[in-house]
Amino acid sequence: MTLHPLTSPRARSADATARLIYRKPDVLTDRSTHYCPGCGHGVVHRLIAEVLTELDLPAHTIAVAPVGCAVFAYDYLNVDFVEAPHGRAPAVATGIRRVRPEAFVLTYQGDGDLAAIGTAEIVHAAARGERITAIFVNNGIYGMTGGQMAPTTLLGQRTTSSPNGRDAALMGYPIRITEMLAQLEGVTYAARGSIGDVSLIGKLKVMIKRACQVQIEGGGFSIVEALSNCPVGWGMTPQQSLDQLRGPVVDAYPLGVIVDRGSGTSALPEVGLGCPAPANPEA
Amino acid sequence: MTTDREIVIGTRATAAELESRRRSRVLMKGNEAIAEAAIQAGCDAYFGYPITPQAELLEWMARRMPELGRVFVQAESELGAINMALGAAATGARVMVSSSSPGISLMAEAMSYMAGSGTPMVLVNIMRAGPGLGGIGPSQSDYFQATKGHGHGDYRVPVLAPASIGEATELVATAFELAENYRTPVMLVADGILGQAMEPVELRFRTPERHTFDWALTGAAGRPARVVKSIDLVPEVLEARNLALQHKYREIARREVRWEGWQLDDAEFAIVAYGTAARVARSAIAQARQKGIRVGLFRPITLWPFPDRELARLSGRLHGILTVELSSGQMVEDVRLAVEGRCPVAFHGRMGGLVPTPDEVRGALKALRARVERTRSAEHHAHVPAPPRPHGHDAGERFETDFPAHSNARRGGRR
Repeated sequence: MTLHPLTSPRARSADATARLIYRKPDVLTDRSTHYCPGCGHGVVHRLIAEVLTELDLPAHTIAVAPVGCAVFAYDYLNVDFVEAPHGRAPAVATGIRRVRPEAFVLTYQGDGDLAAIGTAEIVHAAARGERITAIFVNNGIYGMTGGQMAPTTLLGQRTTSSPNGRDAALMGYPIRITEMLAQLEGVTYAARGSIGDVSLIGKLKVMIKRACQVQIEGGGFSIVEALSNCPVGWGMTPQQSLDQLRGPVVDAYPLGVIVDRGSGTSALPEVGLGCPAPANPEA
Repeated sequence: MTTDREIVIGTRATAAELESRRRSRVLMKGNEAIAEAAIQAGCDAYFGYPITPQAELLEWMARRMPELGRVFVQAESELGAINMALGAAATGARVMVSSSSPGISLMAEAMSYMAGSGTPMVLVNIMRAGPGLGGIGPSQSDYFQATKGHGHGDYRVPVLAPASIGEATELVATAFELAENYRTPVMLVADGILGQAMEPVELRFRTPERHTFDWALTGAAGRPARVVKSIDLVPEVLEARNLALQHKYREIARREVRWEGWQLDDAEFAIVAYGTAARVARSAIAQARQKGIRVGLFRPITLWPFPDRELARLSGRLHGILTVELSSGQMVEDVRLAVEGRCPVAFHGRMGGLVPTPDEVRGALKALRARVERTRSAEHHAHVPAPPRPHGHDAGERFETDFPAHSNARRGGRR
């Protein structure tokens, strides 16, 4: 059971003026997730659920689940879902978009799925300007398969397939794919946020909402990269992993709106670029 | 059902032309006829990627689908194309994808997902010669790939093999029906000759009835959310899904076998062939009958489910069977499994984009007959030595690939 804000003594004492200020969106199911303790996927699911609810989208949504840790996303988000082969979610979403112009089409992919095996599909969906919204959770590792190196893994980061740390000479450099995609004219909105702390989560939600609105308003491709942690894959406690996320990870993957070619941008709050420099106790 | 009036070929046809076409036969390229048949069958969306020898199919769709307000997307790869098809089909749309052999290999992954998640779709393979990049000549070397599984996992897909452009147009509608009735991908295989040749086509287009699907993803308005998926990490649940799939395949095998027989009533020999090879076989049969060989044609139209019982029944009264393919001999394995030794089964095939000539096939038939006669005569005079081989090697002998030169050499090497 989630602790309801109204169960606090102060809230109870103010019974006469009690009002509901926060509740779980209905589109989020009651199931416990299979995610590891401290994992950021649950936060991103929650943000998506809130945004879909606020924009009145759940009944119109057809979502595409990836291969990776979020493969069971349909267990937690109560909308129509199709499972895509590894990396192919943007192509699957293209098919849905073209035959269902009225639907709200959402993809959810991790960094192995989107930035490694699925690069062709994401690049061309973006280049075509497909009117879909891509949520890209980047935790710099293949979590589902046991913590192998991803194209997004930081230099020097140890994983089960880079046991001595990622060596640029042998394994190349981390890929900032959202910046790459932002070059394409078909991309209306591209932004990178983080689940690093409460303030960042709030900003991430604004980005996700904007990306969804782009689709509703008839814009082109929209993508939000959510930097996330993987305590188990990174070999850290949840707290250490959040410190890592707010430090070295953000150094490699700067936060902010990378491109917003949509009209009406000015009406929206400026997000991301004004993020405070993250605390970095490790550095 | 579509009315004749809805049949429109091309954009520049006048009403009078259409009227005349409705009554007569039109000259159409195979790839274009297949594409138009899909359009007339109500195909909502087509996704493709250029590859020879199926490019005309893609090009026809590129022009016609937008004209009709339907969906055409040229994808970034065959992977992209088939996954777009997966997404569109998951919403209940009628979807077609086409490619040729190397492209089909790339599509194998999504075919497995679609079979596993029960997503209907029609995939056309205009086969070319392999392996690898191979060549662009006609071939039937993807029989194993089509009938024994393209991707991973225990699954089958119905495979339809037309032998003429007219038949191809009919089978396109059948393919959509099978796909939707059984919730499965369906393959239609033709070789480069059928794809690229032109021949007079009778307009036998058909629009399969539309159904509402209780699984299609349309947005969960006023109903519980739906999921189209193949994953199940609980072994017992996954086995149950597999058992359901196998049940479906048995149903398909029981109900959907299609084949054609020609001149089989008095036949002592039969040629088993499909697609273009069957057309060559017909010519060879006509020639052979003039020479007094009583031979007929057994032509599988569904390669899976293979007409095994029908062939088994027939083989009991035959002296021998010759299988002809544009391959090294793939379907012949299914022929032998069906025949179970009831009569000798010989094979003749060409590879690399070459097509056997009727003369070659007739030669292989003569060789088979000679072999059968030798065996029968040897059985008849069991206690006397078998007679010498008639006249050394006759012309047909070299086509008797049951005992190809290389296998003799291997036997020799061991000695």
